Amino acid sequence: MRELLLCPPDHYGIEYEINPWMHRGQKAVPALARAQWRGLLDTLQALGCQISLIPAQPKLPDMVFTANAGLVAGRKFIRSNFRFRERQGEQKHFEQWFLDHQYEVVRLPAERFFEGEGDALFCGEVLFCGYRFRSDVRAHQLISGILDCLAVSVELVEDRFYHLDTCFCPLTGGDAIWYPRAFDNYAQRAIRAHTRQLVEVAPEEAVHFACNAVVLGQDIVLPEACPRLCAALAERGYRPHPLPMTEFLKAGGACKCLTLFLPQREVTAQALPR
Amino acid sequence: MFSEQIELRGHIIDSLLLPKVLDEILNGGGSFTIREIKVGKQQSDPSYACIDVSGPSPEVVDDLVRRLRQHGAEVVEQKAVRLVEAPADGVFPPDFYVTTNQQTFVRYQDKWIVVQPVTMDCAIAVDARTATASTVKFAQVRKGMLIAVGHHGIRVAPLERSTERRSVFEFMGSNVSSEKPKSAVIREVASEIRLARQSGGKILVVAGPGVVHTGAGEHFEKLIEQGYVNLLFAGNALAVHDIESALFGTSLGVYLQRGSLADEGHENHMRAINTIRAAGGIPQAVAAGILRQGIMYQCVKHNVEFVLAGSIRDDGPLPEVITDVVAAQRVMRSKLGGVTMALMMCTMLHSIAVGNLLPAHVKTICVDINPSVVTKLSDRGTFQAIGLVTDIEPFLRELTEFLAQGSAPA
Repeated sequence: MRELLLCPPDHYGIEYEINPWMHRGQKAVPALARAQWRGLLDTLQALGCQISLIPAQPKLPDMVFTANAGLVAGRKFIRSNFRFRERQGEQKHFEQWFLDHQYEVVRLPAERFFEGEGDALFCGEVLFCGYRFRSDVRAHQLISGILDCLAVSVELVEDRFYHLDTCFCPLTGGDAIWYPRAFDNYAQRAIRAHTRQLVEVAPEEAVHFACNAVVLGQDIVLPEACPRLCAALAERGYRPHPLPMTEFLKAGGACKCLTLFLPQREVTAQALPR
Repeated sequence: MFSEQIELRGHIIDSLLLPKVLDEILNGGGSFTIREIKVGKQQSDPSYACIDVSGPSPEVVDDLVRRLRQHGAEVVEQKAVRLVEAPADGVFPPDFYVTTNQQTFVRYQDKWIVVQPVTMDCAIAVDARTATASTVKFAQVRKGMLIAVGHHGIRVAPLERSTERRSVFEFMGSNVSSEKPKSAVIREVASEIRLARQSGGKILVVAGPGVVHTGAGEHFEKLIEQGYVNLLFAGNALAVHDIESALFGTSLGVYLQRGSLADEGHENHMRAINTIRAAGGIPQAVAAGILRQGIMYQCVKHNVEFVLAGSIRDDGPLPEVITDVVAAQRVMRSKLGGVTMALMMCTMLHSIAVGNLLPAHVKTICVDINPSVVTKLSDRGTFQAIGLVTDIEPFLRELTEFLAQGSAPA
């Protein structure tokens, strides 16, 4: 049973613009956002997930995107250092929650930007880390040292796919869903070299955040309007669960951005026999 | 070239960050030298690379480094050069940095400044007022001059080997052997000399009296006439025996044409010296019509600068000979600007002395019948020299022939 951290969209809204999806003139509809979030929560619970909730905080509208809080491996929580001031206020609330829940909180040096699971995803034994728009590649080195794992840093080159979890989604057994055009050539080669099978997402589905999916074994919770990906996944024996995410897409987020794995990895590699 | 040193850490090989950074340097108009690379043994071990990023201007390098920083490159913290005042005239501070014959930079006031001229076995003096750095010999140092000490903040730019054209300098290296194919090498030397002249570089010849004794003087004269010599460094002896042969047809009393001894021939070189001294000097003797042929005559006629440096065993010497060795060295150094090629023939001590004054980028060819001369030249720091073990007469004859062929209209 997977444990996930979510934050209710009590204070969610488009109040600033820090990625190409956000337009203050195009507000999220609160009731609809609540309903869509509720739909996600219900689906995850129905799939057997245990959900923890962190209380939403006023003036921190993006706190709903808990994936960016940090990276959890075993009982270690590597706290994010948000690049934008607008989100930096979230850090202390997440840190407190993890302290209250008996996690070991690891802070990176303040100048090393890192946006948590949004930019750090394990695929097989490899931790893929996105950089350029949000996280700093030098933070990856620190994290690979903390977790004693291979961290493959991949450069993101399309600003609409500003976090790794918007264009890359590990499946089971070292396979992954991806949108190659979001990466530079070197990153594409590095990803191909360190994954098993890759399911490519079409551009028209990538913009619906097809890659922003929560993978729970064979069950995959993803935004709707991605029929081709759903078909490709079904063909491989997965069970896609498409959900409406329109109100969160307005902020550049979807299913995965709204969830944080507790933990993403059961144990850190240090605990594994070599 | 301007450069910065950067470091990359982490899983730079699995992430292809290392090739990406190297490609970006080249695509951005720069070049790189990998100083150090450590590859992690286990999959989770980080790797490390230390890279010199060079470019044609400080702006190119800054721009490159700025771009590389987003891929995780860190600029190695640059320590400033440590400067200590010279304690007395002619004395360097203890632990002074000793220069090599390669291009050197010092980090001063947050900038890399080039040390000029490139000369081995000097100290580096920094002028705080003009923020410039120069190599200084013992004789030049004055009390209170700021002298570089230790090794921090000093960088040496190694010679870049040309990859475009395999010249004689690549395929010969500095290996000395009498077993090498001479003709092919001489042909290559000829094309290097032509290339030096075409590209506007100055050609320096360092020659000993053996050039005259062996009867190679006439070929050397042709070289001067054809404009392949811009500067001549020699001792008293070369000039004396050349003038002796010009005036009397002998060298050390031996008729160059016949090989037989001249009667009272041993006096000839003394009489030659006296003639020039009486005329007031070599150019004066040429002007007066006394000296009408030979190497020195051709030098005067073709405005080839020459520096004659004296030694204890000199007879005379001729009026042009500088007998103060420190002064002679200073004059020789002052003439080296623009020299791109040096041809050293038949003189061991003069070749080593000049080799010590030359930057390593000057293409240096040493021709001597004695293999140990070339070896000694290399061993004393002029590592860039290539050697050719042969009698000088056939060498110069063949060289002038190749040069004449090459310059003939096609």
